[in-house]
Parts: sequence; C-alpha cells; structure tokens
Amino acid sequence: MTAKLPPPQRKNPLLPTRQPLLPPSSRSRTALGLTAAAAEGRFALQVCADCGAVQYPPREACHACLGANLPWREVPAGGALIAETTVRITADPYFRQRTPWRTGIVALDCGPSVVAHLHGDVVPDGRVRMTLRLDKSGQGVMLALPGQDTPDMQDDRQMREMTCDPKGRRVLVTDGRNAFGQAMARAFIDVGAAGVFVGVADAWKPFPGQDKLAGEVVPLDITDTDSVHRLAASLGGRVEILVNTALHVRPGGILDRRDTVTAREEMEATYFGPMRLAQAFGPVLRSRGADGTHPACAWVNILSAYALAPTPTFGAFAATQAAALSLAHSLRAELRPLRVVNALVGPLDDEWHQAVPPPKVAPAALAASVLRALRDGIEDLAVGDIAQDLLARWKDNPTTLARELAAG
Amino acid sequence: MSLRAAYDGVVAAVPVTVPYERYSIHGAHWWIGRALHEAVRVAGLRPRDIDGLCVSSFSLGNDTAVGLTQHFGLSPRWLDHIPMGGAAGVVGLRRAARAVQMGDADIVACVAGDTNAPDSFRRMLAGFSRFAADASYPYGAGGPNASFALLTDAYMRRYGATREDFGRICVAQRQNALSFPHALMKRPLTMEQYLAARPIADPVALFDCVMPCAGAEAFLVMREDTARAMGLPGVRVLATIERHNAFPEDPIQLRGGWAMDCGELYAMAGLTPDGIDVVQTYDDYPVIIMLQFEDLGFCAKGEAPAFVRHHDLTCGGTFPHNTSGGQLSVGQAGAAGGYLGLVEAMRQITGQALGAQVAGAKTALAAGFGMINYDRGLCSGAAILAAA
Amino acid sequence: MTQLAAFAAELLAGRIKVIDLTQTLSPEFPTIALPPEFGQCAPFRLEEISRYDSRGPAWYWNNFSCGEHTGTHFDAPIHWVSGKDLANNTTDTIPAQNFIAPACVIDCAREAAANADFVLTVAVIEAWEAKHGRIPAGNWVFLRTDWSKKSGAAYANLQADGAHTPGPDPEAVRFLVEQRDVLGFGVETIGTDAGQAHHFTPPYPAHFYMHGKGRYGLQCLANLDRLPPTGALIVSPPLKIKGGSGSPLRVLALVAS
Repeated sequence: MTAKLPPPQRKNPLLPTRQPLLPPSSRSRTALGLTAAAAEGRFALQVCADCGAVQYPPREACHACLGANLPWREVPAGGALIAETTVRITADPYFRQRTPWRTGIVALDCGPSVVAHLHGDVVPDGRVRMTLRLDKSGQGVMLALPGQDTPDMQDDRQMREMTCDPKGRRVLVTDGRNAFGQAMARAFIDVGAAGVFVGVADAWKPFPGQDKLAGEVVPLDITDTDSVHRLAASLGGRVEILVNTALHVRPGGILDRRDTVTAREEMEATYFGPMRLAQAFGPVLRSRGADGTHPACAWVNILSAYALAPTPTFGAFAATQAAALSLAHSLRAELRPLRVVNALVGPLDDEWHQAVPPPKVAPAALAASVLRALRDGIEDLAVGDIAQDLLARWKDNPTTLARELAAG
Repeated sequence: MSLRAAYDGVVAAVPVTVPYERYSIHGAHWWIGRALHEAVRVAGLRPRDIDGLCVSSFSLGNDTAVGLTQHFGLSPRWLDHIPMGGAAGVVGLRRAARAVQMGDADIVACVAGDTNAPDSFRRMLAGFSRFAADASYPYGAGGPNASFALLTDAYMRRYGATREDFGRICVAQRQNALSFPHALMKRPLTMEQYLAARPIADPVALFDCVMPCAGAEAFLVMREDTARAMGLPGVRVLATIERHNAFPEDPIQLRGGWAMDCGELYAMAGLTPDGIDVVQTYDDYPVIIMLQFEDLGFCAKGEAPAFVRHHDLTCGGTFPHNTSGGQLSVGQAGAAGGYLGLVEAMRQITGQALGAQVAGAKTALAAGFGMINYDRGLCSGAAILAAA
Repeated sequence: MTQLAAFAAELLAGRIKVIDLTQTLSPEFPTIALPPEFGQCAPFRLEEISRYDSRGPAWYWNNFSCGEHTGTHFDAPIHWVSGKDLANNTTDTIPAQNFIAPACVIDCAREAAANADFVLTVAVIEAWEAKHGRIPAGNWVFLRTDWSKKSGAAYANLQADGAHTPGPDPEAVRFLVEQRDVLGFGVETIGTDAGQAHHFTPPYPAHFYMHGKGRYGLQCLANLDRLPPTGALIVSPPLKIKGGSGSPLRVLALVAS
C-alpha cells in the first residue's frame, strides 16, 4: 500500500538543489500520438483501420496486415502484469536520481504487450489499469495502476513524477479580482495546498468578492513588468504551481472596435502578461522542478477555446487567445520539466458573456476541472460543453470549424 | 519445407580474437583492422587476397562495410554488413559459406568489432532502435539489464527457476574463463558471491550481466581445398539456421526463434543434440542460455533449471558449455560478442583452444541471439560445426 | 540688470524656490476609473530596453507607455466635447505663453478632510477673495485639498456608487471662467471634477465649462500645501503631442521665499 506522503520539509539551505533533469525524450513522430493522448488523459493506441489489430509500439504499418491506415483510438485499458523489474542501476542521469525504479510488462487485453512504469500498488500477476501519462520530459508514457484504487495512491513516488497533485504544494493564482481566480484559490485551499497566494492588481480599485477572498493576497499586475518581477523576486522560489487566471474578455469583432486600444489591453493581459510571468517566474520554477518531495510542477493557463478558431462576435479577443495558446506551446518546450496545462474554456459565466446563451462555465466548475487535470497529470483539457464541442470540431477539421464559426 | 542444400566443400578457419579492453581510446575501425590484420597474418595471405568481407559493428558511426573497404584498402567482390548483434557470427558464417560455395568469393573475412568508451554504451542504448527509443528506454533507461530482467522474471514465474539455477551457469563459465587468456574477469566466482552480488535490475544482479568492453573477433571462410593447401585447420558447416521476430504473438519471450527451426538444424546436420560435443550459447544473460538449452533440444521447455542442476557445465564437465567463459566472463565487445562463441567453437573442435581444451571435441553447436529491439531479442541463429 | 537676469540671480541665490507639484509616474498610481465597457486610460508602464547588458552594454533606458491623462497631467480644451471646435485647443497649438502663469491657491484641506464629497462653491471662492483679494485674470486657480497626501484606495476612494473626491460645483466653475477669466483649474485629485460630478448639471462641470471656454486643467497635483495663497508662478508645459488632448507633465511652482 502506498505510504502517505508527509508534508514537505523545510529545505536544508546547505544542500544543493536537485537539478531538474529530464528522462529520455527522443521519440519518433508517430509515437507522439501517445503524448497527445496522454496530454488529454486518454488511453489511445493505433488501431488498424483495415483489420482492427491494435498496435504497440507505434508503427507505420500494421503488424498483422501491413495496412498503413493506423488511426489513434481509445482502447480497453485493462491488462495483466506478466513481468516486472526494479531498475537499480542506470546510466541515465534522470533515472539515476530516482532509482530504484519499477517497471514491468503488461499484456493488454486489447492485444499488445507494453513496457510500463508501475504504480507501487501494482502486484505481480495482478490485473492493472493502464493509463497514458506525461513524464517529466513531456512525453507520453505507459503507467500501470492497480486494478482498484488504493488508499493514498496519489502519493506513489513514481506516479508523482507524472502528476501535479496540489496537496502540499504552494500555488500562485495570478488574478484574484475575478470570480474564477477566487474560485481557484478556494479550491486549492480545499484540497490541501500548502499555501495559496492570490495576486491582486490595482488594489486601490475595489472588486466583487474582495471581502471573501481566500488565500494570501499579494500585489500582482501582470500587465506591469515591474510588478511581476517584484513578486517573482519575493515569491518565485516559494511557488510550485502557477495558475494564470488573468482574464480580459471584451466582446466585439474587428470593425466594431474602431481602434486597437481594447485589443492592446487584451494583448497586455492575455499575451504579454503570461510572457512577463514566464520570464519572471519561469526560470526559478524550472530550476525547482526536481526540488524535494514537492517540486515545482505546473504552469496553468486558462484560455478561451476560441483560441482554436475565432467566433467573430469576440473576434479581437479570440486572436489574443490564439496568441496566448501559441505562447503556451512554446513554454512547454522551455519550462520542462514543468507541466504546462492549457485549460480551454467555453464562454464563461461572467459579465462579459451576458448575451451568450448557456451552457457557460461557472467559476467552481473551472476550478474543479483544473484540479482534476493537475492530479491526473493532464496537460490539455477542454472545460465545458462548448469547449469540448469546439475541440471535437477542431480535431475533425480545423478549417471547417473556422468557416462554420465565421458563418455564425 | 524441404531441407536446404548443405554447405559442402566449405570451411571456416583462422579463428582470431583481438584481446579485449574495458575501455579503448581507439575507434571500432582500429579494432576491426587489428582483427583483419591478424587473420591475414595467421593465414599467410596478402590483404588483397580477401575478396569477400562481412562486417558487424555498432560503433562505426556513419560507416558501413562499404566505407571499411576503402579504409582498409580492400577491393572485395562480395560484401555484407550484418547489423544483428549477438546473431551476427552465425548469420555471417552461413552467408559467407554460401557465397564461397557458389563461387561468389574465394576467401571471405568475417569480422565483428566494437570499441567502448566510458559513456558510449549509454549513448548507444538511447538511440538503439526506434521501438526502444519510443517504448522501452524511457522506462527507467535500464537498457538490456532491465529488458532481460523482465524476461528473467517472467521465466522464473513461469518455470520456477531460481537465482541459484542461473548462478550455476555463471559460476561454471567463470571457472572456464580462468584458463582463457583473454577473459577480462579473472577471479573465481563462488555461488555465495553470485547470490550476494549487487542487484542491478531485479532479479538480475551483477554477475548476470555482461561487461561492455572493446574488442574484435574474426574468422575466414574458404573452400576446404584452399584451407588444406594453406595448411589451415578448418571446420565444416554442417547446418545453420536463422530466424527473426519469431513467435510475435507470445506476450513475452519465453522461447526464441531456435524453437521454430531446431528440427531442421539437426536434420540438416544429421545429428541429434546428444551428438554435440561442445555447446556455445549466446550468453548476455543466463536466462537466454536456458531458452537455448530448451529451444535447441538439450532439454524440454521449462526444464532448463533442472538441466543445469544435473549437469556440470565446465570444460571438463558433463556438458561443456561456453568454454572460454563466454561474454559473462570474457566481456561483451559489442557485435564481437556474437562471434565469441563461434570462434571458440572453431578452436575447440580443431584442437586450438586458448584455454581449457574439451577432450576429444569434434562437433560443436554455436548459437546466436540478438537485438532487443523493444521487449525481446529478435534475431536468433545457430550453427553446427564439425572438425574438417 | 534685465528683469530676467534679476530673476536668474534670485533663483541662483535660492531666494526663489522651485517646488515640484508632480506625482511620480509609476505603474501603481491610480487612473480615472470608468465603467469597463468604455475605453480606458492606460496606466503608466515601463519596459526596460537595456541595462548595461547584452541588450545594450553601456546604457540603460526604457520604453514607457501611458495615456495622455495618466499621472499628473494637463487637460487641453479639446479633451471635452464642449471645447472640441475651439482654436488652439490641442497640446501642440496652445500658445506657449500660457504654460507659465501665476496661481491662486484656495485651501479647502480641512473641509475635504471632513467630507470627501466637499464641493467648492462660489461662496467659498468669495470668502477666499475677501481674505486674499480678487482672483486676477489669467491666473490658475488651484483647489488645495491635501488629497495628494493619500495613496492607493484612499486616494481613489472608490465606493459602490463611484469615486468620492472633492471638486467644484457648476456655478463655481462658471464663476471662475466667466467672472474671473482664469487660465485654468488645478486639483490634487484624479479629475478636475468631483468624484460624483457625473450627477451634477451639467455633468463634469469643470471639464464642460473650463474646456468649453478654452481653459485648461491640471490634475493629480502635489505639494499644494507648500504654495502661498497667491504669488506662486506655475510652469506647466505639456508634451507637444500633435492633436493631443493633454499629457503627463512636470509641474513646477516658483515661490519667493
């Protein structure tokens, strides 16, 4: 059974920090299908469109019929552990820091045998549930979980390399002025975060929810470079999860606006803001990516699903979200071993979407989705029915989605 | 399936070993060059008399056998490059034998060699194969130790083998190595030491693992009359098999490709397992030796643990096996590890053993196994040799 | 000795003091708070270009951005719709002669301390004149409230019904413009108008009447408590922005010691 992870100890300042090394990250392009599935928390493998054979490792031709059409499909995740080992000696620096490391071979019910990381509660010859997870290099890997949930299973040492459980970690929620940031702060406190810092800009300006704000208020205006750097200087080394809740939604297409003033404000808040946060907080978070029992682990962006393709009634805003999504993709490469979580949200249930009919995303729902993603190690999530619908259409055909949204 | 044609009139001769070193500042080209030089020296040939070349190596960088022809000033009319690791020796032999038999070449030099530097093994593993990079190396980066640990674990669960059973193999091979001049491991090994060894990847411990090193092995393949004329003791090739990606439907490798071709091997040789005087298995990990004992007909499936309990595997024992000490005691010089057993078999049955000589050995079986592409070794091969 | 030489001598001798009436331009300094669906005045922002580093090895400099009405700033007549068609109503066309002028300082600090919604009335002005003399034409009139000593939320003083800060009532503004022909009106708060002036008739009378008659505004002034009721000379040239409605500026007062 998994031993309960004690709260983080204060660091011995005389000991050097464990470097944020990465596990082997080289993959074929085809194998990145595992990464894409893992990022969404799906267990998907290539399945031959001609004969139905499930493939693993990822291939260019079906091992059963040589068919070339091998789409990624969700497959049954059950299997049996048929061999295991505990690696004690390895030449790879990342794993050398983490030995002993337990892996095994799982015979999947759907066919292939897979080499997998093992959760500590997986027993020899036992049934397992396979999951795809992202490892610290950001690549999709197999993780076998016990057939049934076990107590404190989130605390498993190997599994924690692939998840971002907020319990015991300190969180910076960048914008507590809006209901979403407030709900996020509350949710992190409720799941046992060791500390929640909540950024508040323009403290001279009162805001709804101010009196009930959970967490420790810190001055932070992500549109102000100096403010971001000053907070990073005081807080950067004490944050393990950063959640950027700064939202700046304004309706309007391109022609309605008549100027670029509002668009600039949107860009300041949603594009330059995250860039400032990344430049100020990124290096220190990354450097603490393997620090202690609760290392820095996640960078969360709240983005509109219209980053994928714009809805013209929010056209100018959607462009800023596309920019922010692109920025987030680059951050993934630069912030490793940190997880960059992109929560694509549908219309928010706020004052800027008064004319938008439901369903809309409520603050508590967004917070719950982000927490679930962190605990499950998910990096790409769509929150709310609209966002999931947009994502499904985008995956089907991005050009068609842009056209159908343009058609209104 | 009909039997293949025999390798009539062909012999392998001039077994060459370039003494191994743990680490080398020389490249693989140097090691292969030393082996070729020694082969022509022993045979009394000029380099240009070599009109066929067969090369195996992991550490030639971007070079293949083609680049080596210019590097070594050779102009062969038959050339092969065999990237099959532990199966390279058997496969090189059978292709060279057929080429000589059919007149495509007169004298084929078969050579395997690799160098080894302190970090080269890790780098080789990280990029070993696409499947390994995609689906096994990122899981602990244990390399072959971890891969064979998984096979060992599965075998132990399935057939009840114990660590002590594997230890019998390793201890016997060390005993054989003590008299083999090129073995890197020169100290005796006791069962107690074996069992108490540092764990590497459970259940594999230190003495189950081969030590990567630099070295080269070679032999020449030529017509029997050529060898006789040059006064070179040769061995006839009675039978060979090779098989790749056997039994892909097995969820884990508890049998190798030999099991598919074992009947043909002995039928072609006109022998039974009882008729083999010396056995050289591919021994990167003892579990694979057990698979070979079973799949090559020396015992039934799952009975290798009992087989090793009831046989003395040393040179003077009831079942002389890996008589040079094998890779487990000599070291694994990359692709040369796939030649080690074959070259030793040639020496044993021509009375040229460098260490202990198995008395009266006239026939030998040498097996190869290689290329953990993902979760199992894909290449298997075996050859039965007889003194000419 | 010419007049200017005498002035210069007094200045050099320290008998004319230069008092800085300017708030520091900083990102945290409050700006006018409008409903969020309106266009917003950009707060002050500074982005470093280089600081003796790889981006510029021997020099330090920044780009800054802000609105024309950020920090201590000057309001030109074109700022308000009532002044949009006047001649010379922009920062680049206002006669430079108007950038140096004397000021009358009406001290209402006590009243403002007691009542954030204190309103400057004609009666207050007349009481001041009874003490200090009639406000001469062409003078600035500064309303001293000591509001500049506050900061942050207290300075902006935003409540659920908007800002609560002192300012003039419509009659007082008309009086200053029409009866006293002042050059402009200066305050320590974010606007020349009271925080609740959108409920006045007309709304924002200081903007409406001052700019409607081509007069100027100065906002977010500081150190008015260091000025005499009369006799201070104000130097207040805005940036020469083409077609500008105003600009942040350094406001200096020359005061005889």
